[in-house]
Amino acid sequence: MQLKRVVVTGLGALTPIGNTIEAYWEGLKTGKSGAAPITYFDTEKFKTKFACELKGYNPQDFFDRKEARKLDRFAQYALVSSDEAIADSGLDLNAVDKFRVGVVWGAGIGGLETFQNEVIGYAEGDGTPRFNPFFIPKMIADIAPGNISIKHGFMGPNYTTVSACASSANAMIDALNYIRLGHCDVVVTGGSEAAVTIAGMGGFNAMHALSTRNESPETASRPFDATRDGFVLGEGAGALILEEYEHAVARGAKIYAEVCGGGLSSDAYHMTAPHPDGIGVVRVMQNCLENAGLKPEDVDAINTHGTSTPLGDVAELKAISQVFGAHAEKININSTKSMTGHLLGAAGAVEAIASILAMQHNLVPPTINHSTIDENIDPTLNLTLNKAQAREVNVAMSNTFGFGGHNACVLFKKLN
Amino acid sequence: MSDIASRVKAIIVDKLGVDENEVVPEASFTNDLGADSLDTVELIMEFEKEFDIQIPDDQAENISTVGQAISYIEEAK
Repeated sequence: MQLKRVVVTGLGALTPIGNTIEAYWEGLKTGKSGAAPITYFDTEKFKTKFACELKGYNPQDFFDRKEARKLDRFAQYALVSSDEAIADSGLDLNAVDKFRVGVVWGAGIGGLETFQNEVIGYAEGDGTPRFNPFFIPKMIADIAPGNISIKHGFMGPNYTTVSACASSANAMIDALNYIRLGHCDVVVTGGSEAAVTIAGMGGFNAMHALSTRNESPETASRPFDATRDGFVLGEGAGALILEEYEHAVARGAKIYAEVCGGGLSSDAYHMTAPHPDGIGVVRVMQNCLENAGLKPEDVDAINTHGTSTPLGDVAELKAISQVFGAHAEKININSTKSMTGHLLGAAGAVEAIASILAMQHNLVPPTINHSTIDENIDPTLNLTLNKAQAREVNVAMSNTFGFGGHNACVLFKKLN
Repeated sequence: MSDIASRVKAIIVDKLGVDENEVVPEASFTNDLGADSLDTVELIMEFEKEFDIQIPDDQAENISTVGQAISYIEEAK
């Protein structure tokens, strides 16, 4: 059977460096850091006292009070970003066949704050279980796409993918395949996360996963720098409208890019540590190229997983050198996590959006905060350090890897 | 209006996001004030907390209007 072609026709973003696609791109191209001291709770006793929170996000701008109370922040972010993407796509919601519109969303955790607060409430009581009736429906990771479908009446496939930091990349790949196989005309995809909470910060701190550079939050996320000391937790959402090519053309839609392939693999090695030889990471990029029908030489830019952890960054770059060979040094490699922090389940979506915008503007956003060369990194690689670089970007790859050893990779191509 | 009635009204306004003028004794939570089944459970729980009482499930089923809530709580106190 002939697979259908899939294109991106709408984008939405709610990120620590910008609350709309326009503001996000402005932040990306100017190398803005989203990190700052945490405002959501008292961090006095926490090892890490900063994160990449959203700035100026007010639920009352988007939801009435009753609605907002029933939505954990991760679900609010999903609705806000998907609304932007749907509006951007210009889809006439009265004209589409809503049974052929799906919502496949990614969330690594879901309503962590809701879970945390309900359990704290129980622990502070006399042992009587007085849980709020909205506790479970607010918390579950699949409620984000559930709410998007309820709002717009989309009656196609609807669920959340959970693969930690690869979640929304998995969602995009599932969305791509549903359209390729002819099950859907349109899929609203992306991911959201809201883990900047007591439990989130405490839990990641306990793993020694987070940077503790409290004296300089804005420079703490420094992928590929020799002095990197862990990732910076971020929050927010990214949304993409994927659409069958002929469907998009027939309605005269603006097309950002073609989604030409997805790669999937697993490390099968350790709960949290990357495989030292990067076997799974090598394989996921190879799978992705094969799935897209592209050669290594076709790739112009790679937005890495690049979280700013000591082990992960080096392993990923070694894998890139192995997959791309001599062509690796011609690729603009970057990590937009240097600016946004790590949005966990939303990372795949917001970073794919950065790749698409880089293609649209022919400008690769920088890896900021680099000052000290890491001897373990091949010096011939162009890591797009500190300043955005202008270049023709026709094919862009976006990598994401999750705790549990989940690897996902997506390739986008400019439509000529 | 009694103290209990005004506290009940305040909870309903807060949880259901409705206008105070709509919260009249004969108003039904589900038919008039837009509550769904989970909202109703939440309201009962808030009444229990606010007035430090227990409302068993079989009795909670009979509380479907503002007036019924106020009379139940007045009797329970």
